[in-house]
Amino acid sequence: MLGFLQYQFMQNAIIAAILVSVACGIVGSYIVIKRIVFISAGISHASFGGIGLGYLLGVNPVLSAIPFSVLSAVGIGAMNEEGNVSEDTAIGILWSVGMALGIIFVGLSKGYAPDLFSYLFGSILTVPQYDLLIMLALDLVIVATVFIFRREFLAISFDEEFAHVVGMPAKSLYILLLCLVALSVVVLIKVVGVILVIALLTIPAAIGKQFTHNLTRLMILSVILGAVLTLIGLWLSYVFNLASGATIVLMLGVAFVIAALLKGE
Amino acid sequence: MSKVLEVKNVSYSIKGTSILEDVNLSLEKGDYVAVMGPNGGGKSTLLKIMLGLTTPDSGEVRIFGKKPEKVRNLTGYLPQRVIFDPDFPINVFETVLTGRYRGLFKGYNKEDKKAVIKALKDVEMLEYKDRQISRLSGGQMQRVFIARAIVRNPKILFLDEPMASVDPEMQKSFYELLSLLNKRMTIVLVSHDVGAVSNQVNKIACLNRKLFYHGPAEHASKGLEEMYKCPIELISHGMPHRVLQEHDHKEEP
Repeated sequence: MLGFLQYQFMQNAIIAAILVSVACGIVGSYIVIKRIVFISAGISHASFGGIGLGYLLGVNPVLSAIPFSVLSAVGIGAMNEEGNVSEDTAIGILWSVGMALGIIFVGLSKGYAPDLFSYLFGSILTVPQYDLLIMLALDLVIVATVFIFRREFLAISFDEEFAHVVGMPAKSLYILLLCLVALSVVVLIKVVGVILVIALLTIPAAIGKQFTHNLTRLMILSVILGAVLTLIGLWLSYVFNLASGATIVLMLGVAFVIAALLKGE
Repeated sequence: MSKVLEVKNVSYSIKGTSILEDVNLSLEKGDYVAVMGPNGGGKSTLLKIMLGLTTPDSGEVRIFGKKPEKVRNLTGYLPQRVIFDPDFPINVFETVLTGRYRGLFKGYNKEDKKAVIKALKDVEMLEYKDRQISRLSGGQMQRVFIARAIVRNPKILFLDEPMASVDPEMQKSFYELLSLLNKRMTIVLVSHDVGAVSNQVNKIACLNRKLFYHGPAEHASKGLEEMYKCPIELISHGMPHRVLQEHDHKEEP
């Protein structure tokens, strides 16, 4: 039954699942408690522009997605900052403009984009080793940044105005947090695709926060939940020959319902 | 003697609409002032300017002669409402600890933790220190936020509508807490609720775009009447006498 583990692509997929759960457990915890789910969804969709750019320039789309999604994160933060554009309007604009740019870039690039679908909906079974290295590097950046700014991130997530009053550069910290969301999106793209990224960034932490009231424990729990659920989804998609990204997301959805029912009793 | 707080000729407008016009205010050590006025009268904006969260179009604020953002360690702040996820993973102790923040890359030390315990004792919430923040009543939560505001031993404490989330039966003990704190620090309390001002305040400022009155509480009724365009009774809480005298109703044109 576990014979599939001998395949290289399967080993890569398992490593990918673990790398993904680190990003979504840690950053996802902030996304859920600070209630920035839709900003994060906006950033993930906007990052499709970066993927299209990769096709156009002939570079690895995962690499070109990094600056693109970080810039959209800063853009959403800055548009909101100016006060002239409300945050949900900024999200709506960047979300659609980013995707439109991606489509135009792909159209302009020579030839045909066979694996474009995998960037939209994910394909955990085809993650190349080089992409795993990028994901690992981004995970390390995320973990280090969160460790350094853990006090500030907790305070601005809880009460941004008070954080400002006690002397934190609250707005810059918020934009930094959005940049971490952007990096997590890049970590997740190959596994679930830009459209489904938000499920992994939200559901493990949403389940976890029902069971703990400590942020560190929430992060650890979310990482574990993310890894276990992604691996179960991966296995189910392999056994039943289903789309891997969608299966993982459905697995997360089912787990959320079960957790909610357990908690409700 | 140097002033604790000075607001000099402060004006502020949003998209051409004037919110504050030429506001002047000065406070001395030990003052306990209530800034009153109708909703939309600019009270919260003035508070944000005094805290250095908003920059006025003209004029300036000085706290101990310095800009508000330079003396963050001397000011405490109780926001009107803190909106957070009900499952937010933070307990009472951690909430108050954020009030001891000293700067990037600087952790909280033993002294900070001691200060949190002391602040929680001051507001009589120490027994709840491990409780998740949403698992408290409105009045208890307000006490925790007071602890968060005073944990850095501020010289001046700003309170935005502190009574809004306190049950009526809790208000008396809340006022007692504030008057106790007033022995240690200057207090600026903002409220739209004329009836909510305790008898302990020694000054009242009436704000509706302009500052209509600023001075001892006993003489404030004229300023309030002018501002609200109707007569006001200021009733002290928990005390058998009125702070201010009742006035006859006079129709304004």
